Amino acid sequence: MKPWRLPPHLLLLLPAVLILAAIVVIPLGLSLWSSFTPFRLTRPDTMYDFIGLRNYARLLGDAQFWSAFGRTVLLLTVALNLEMVLGLGLALLIERASRGQRILRTIMMFPMMFSPVLVGFQFKFMFNDNVGLVNNALQSLGLTDRAIPWLIDQNLAFISIMVAEIWSSTAVFAIFILAGLMAMPRDPLEAARVDGCTPWQTFRYVTWPFLMPFAFIAMTIRSLDVARAYDIIKIMTDGGPARRTEVLWTLISRTAYSDARMGMANAMAYIAILLSIAFTLIFFRQLSKARSQIAAEW
Amino acid sequence: MADLSLRQLDKKYGSFHAVKGLDLHVEDGEFVALVGPSGCGKSTTLRMIAGLEEISSGDILIGDRVVNDLAPRQRNISMVFQSYALYPHMTVRENMGFTLKIAGRPEAEIETAVADAARALEIEPLLDRRPAQLSGGQRQRVAMGRAIVRNPDVFLFDEPLSNLDAKLRGQMRTEIKRLHARLGSTVVYVTHDQIEAMTLADRIVIMRDGLIEQAGSPDEVFNRPATRFVAGFIGSPPMNMAEGVIQDGLIRFGDGETLPLPAQFRDAVTAGQRVTLGLRPDDIYPVGHGLHAGEAVETRPLEVALTEPLGNETLLFVRFGGVEWTSRMLNPRDLRRGETVDFQIDLSRVHLFDGESGRSLRTA
Ligand SMILES: Nc1ncnc2c1ncn2[C@@H]1O[C@H](COP(=O)(O)OP(=O)(O)O)[C@@H](O)[C@H]1O
Ligand SMILES: [Mg+2]
Repeated sequence: MKPWRLPPHLLLLLPAVLILAAIVVIPLGLSLWSSFTPFRLTRPDTMYDFIGLRNYARLLGDAQFWSAFGRTVLLLTVALNLEMVLGLGLALLIERASRGQRILRTIMMFPMMFSPVLVGFQFKFMFNDNVGLVNNALQSLGLTDRAIPWLIDQNLAFISIMVAEIWSSTAVFAIFILAGLMAMPRDPLEAARVDGCTPWQTFRYVTWPFLMPFAFIAMTIRSLDVARAYDIIKIMTDGGPARRTEVLWTLISRTAYSDARMGMANAMAYIAILLSIAFTLIFFRQLSKARSQIAAEW
Repeated sequence: MADLSLRQLDKKYGSFHAVKGLDLHVEDGEFVALVGPSGCGKSTTLRMIAGLEEISSGDILIGDRVVNDLAPRQRNISMVFQSYALYPHMTVRENMGFTLKIAGRPEAEIETAVADAARALEIEPLLDRRPAQLSGGQRQRVAMGRAIVRNPDVFLFDEPLSNLDAKLRGQMRTEIKRLHARLGSTVVYVTHDQIEAMTLADRIVIMRDGLIEQAGSPDEVFNRPATRFVAGFIGSPPMNMAEGVIQDGLIRFGDGETLPLPAQFRDAVTAGQRVTLGLRPDDIYPVGHGLHAGEAVETRPLEVALTEPLGNETLLFVRFGGVEWTSRMLNPRDLRRGETVDFQIDLSRVHLFDGESGRSLRTA
């Protein structure tokens, strides 16, 4: 009797399946499983202790978690909106430049070339209350004689983080919106001028509707980015002072590694992922609506 | 409605002189076609009238108002673009009502104006579609609808039909003519297609290299072209042209062939002058197949090099005077390539242009 062999097409698929299983499916399954256990890194055997939804149930009543959650959403909305406005302004300015546009485009992208960790260090230094550039500048200009506690006051610290985040990523919006501007047909703009539009009305009724899908692509990308914000905050404030700048992922990593409560951390992570998915879905909806509005062929 | 005046209108792009001191007056309600080869400055002129392009010098007047420094929206004009330039994100209804909405007119008035225009252009069923859901011809209609809703002083058209296929172009031509008859508006219509200009316009302005070559009624520019360029540009098939020299009361062509100097030019030329003779295909034809009863005809036996039957007429190609001539044979009979037949040349309808300047030598 012939020995049974795997059919060749399955055999050929096997390596890919194995690799995917090893790097995606198994970790995902394990982390999901562990979110149903009181798993602590210090006590591996707790991994087998199934407690059902108790982690999730406890999170529902966990004020610290929800304040991190809320802060993440706040960061998302404020930072993304500001980035969009600034990116739009930047793109419009660069599009106006009749000369040196290429150079300007490259310069505009500089902030994206820095690792977020470096951006964090850089802004931590700039916002330092003693030696930081910001306070130095404000004091030399005579605008204040105090040392403003940028990274120590809870609100100022959150604002400082936002500034760093916006500085590093406004270019994403600018690039997409600039691409939209460059792809835009010129004739409707002229038609609008003839139809009686002021420059502002032309922008409001003709240019912006055309750019919207491009802005939404940037939104989608950036919402995923900000929802997993970690490095800049870790460096600048490490969630402090007194957890007043804690966002989801700084909290998750603290829970997982400092407190070693991996099961709980994984439960948080799954909720965080749901948040990302929700935002992505929202922007995707908007995107396809905007796209069909301008009858985009992509 | 208003009249429109261009006075010494000039446009330079850097060192390139695109429009060179144009003078033109368009009467209230007149339909003027700007026609000329590609790159002669038609669009530039139109865009200066619209205010989309700054003028380098000169004046533009709409009514009795100098509009040189007014923004397009302050000029009360409408423009139909070659690409239609519809707003892609708006429905047909919104596209057409947009100008009134911007002007802050009440909802009800916009509704009525759009409905009226839609009825006139027979696009009522399309009102809720977006431009992407329309065919080329429908987009064209919407673009025109958008223009008439505004009820402007002057309509500007920039090659509005050139993106349509031949059949649709014919239809829309009629449509535009009907619309103009109904609205009685002042129109400046740019086209490179002389047939469009001939069929639509009250007056045709032929441009070349930023200058006006001739302005006149369709009849004038066809029957009394002021220059060799106009003669060659207007009419289809184009006018036959042959270079020659005046000699002993004859026109002698390059290959030694001659034609008698037509009576109407006898006092206009001098011996030895180099001239270009122009003759429309209608004015050279096989005996008995002409359009006009010739007054002073010259008969020559010529060999038919090629035939193009079109049904009601046949175009014949013959060699004479060193160049190829097109002849239009009405009530065609069967003619073979290579056959030699007697052709009549109507000398009373000959055009003669100065060999150097290209100006017509016609005196009266
Ligand atoms: N923005 C511009 N910059 C430089 N040259 C231009 C510009 N627009 C048009 N031209 C030139 O001016 C001439 C007239 O153009 P245009 O009015 O568009 O011609 P047309 O008669 O085909 O409509 C052309 O030679 C064109 O190359
Ligand atoms: Mg043009």
